[in-house]
Amino acid sequence: MESAAIAHGHAHEHHGPPLANRSSRVEAQPLGVYLFIISEAMLFGSFFTAYFFIRVVGHEPWPPHPFHFPVNVALMNTFILVFSSVVVHWSLISIKRGNRAGLQAGLAITFLMGLTFLSTQINEYFKAGFSIHDGSFASVFYGLTGLHGLHVFVGLTLLAIMNVRTLRGHFSPEHHTGVEMAGIYWHFVDVMWIIVFLTVYIL
Amino acid sequence: MINPLRSEEDAFRFTVVVAVLVAPVALATIIWNSGVGLAVAGGLAFGIAFALLVIRRESAPERKSVRRRPSAGGGHRILVVANETLSGAALRDEIERRAADDETEVFVVTPALNTKLRHWTSDDDHARAKAYERLQAMLDALDRDGFKATGDVGDGDPVQALEDGLRVFGADEVILSTHPPGRSHWLERDVVERAREQFDIPITHVIVDLERERGLSPPPATT
Repeated sequence: MESAAIAHGHAHEHHGPPLANRSSRVEAQPLGVYLFIISEAMLFGSFFTAYFFIRVVGHEPWPPHPFHFPVNVALMNTFILVFSSVVVHWSLISIKRGNRAGLQAGLAITFLMGLTFLSTQINEYFKAGFSIHDGSFASVFYGLTGLHGLHVFVGLTLLAIMNVRTLRGHFSPEHHTGVEMAGIYWHFVDVMWIIVFLTVYIL
Repeated sequence: MINPLRSEEDAFRFTVVVAVLVAPVALATIIWNSGVGLAVAGGLAFGIAFALLVIRRESAPERKSVRRRPSAGGGHRILVVANETLSGAALRDEIERRAADDETEVFVVTPALNTKLRHWTSDDDHARAKAYERLQAMLDALDRDGFKATGDVGDGDPVQALEDGLRVFGADEVILSTHPPGRSHWLERDVVERAREQFDIPITHVIVDLERERGLSPPPATT
């Protein structure tokens, strides 16, 4: 139902798309982000298909001898990313309660954690001991983790914009859509990493 | 069905659930091997599916208390939910019959009926425009009859629209208007029964036979 009931005799003038229903609809902005995320999940799905195909038909140890994945570093990165989701959620709660300092601190910490994740991953690429040319397993490894790294980079860009906007005094308890959308995207990046970590590094 | 992912909060909750579910699989794989990890993953998936099935079967719809507070002032308040039958004389007669005095307030909700495809693609402009036209015509008619009437276009699901209406308009009773059995999609979907099960408020069902009203109009059937 629209936000305000109409009284008889008043002209009903609403421009743009209809307002979201109070209890049963998704707001237009989150819906757009979710649709984008669904398309991204499909992209990841194609990479995971390649991964599972190679695992199933390869009949070889994963990763093949003598290579090994930096599991401990990836585990540490997983903790960083999961915790960053908690922090970005906290920053949104902060602005909803009018705590601007909390929003600034939360977004800055999330950005730094994301940056740490990405730099650690790039560093590990140099130390991995194999390149993307060393067989299908390496192609899948770099493809999946690289695709995810690209999404982390996009997420970091969004977080950087939100940080700048926050410093310029944007957002309030009533208006914080930008932070919420960036937060949703960051959670998606987090969930995808958890799945990448489990399938590529652990299983 | 309500979309479980509608906000950042929902996305965060989903992230936490994924992390919590993945943790035992990862631990089992690290401690033992991939086979055990996959077995744990399968067990978790089966357990969740089973739990969801059991919860869905066992949980009866909670009866929502939406009665107006006795302390609230003003006259009698009637919430009307109808769409195509808004123009029916039987509905207006029923409103007049139920209106206790001049202070009676009427709130009309017209669900924006839409096709499934258009609903899922959020293409509801046309449905809302049609519902709005009917609403305006009904409000004009009620105004002529001397009622204090307001209204709004509601969700495509009439029960959902009813719930939304009750939240913005503390009603004393509800009038739900449908076509006769056999011609009413709402009756096929047990809208009246569902509404009576869900809401702790008197609900009068008015059957409006528009085809018959165009000829001779027998007394409206109410249940």
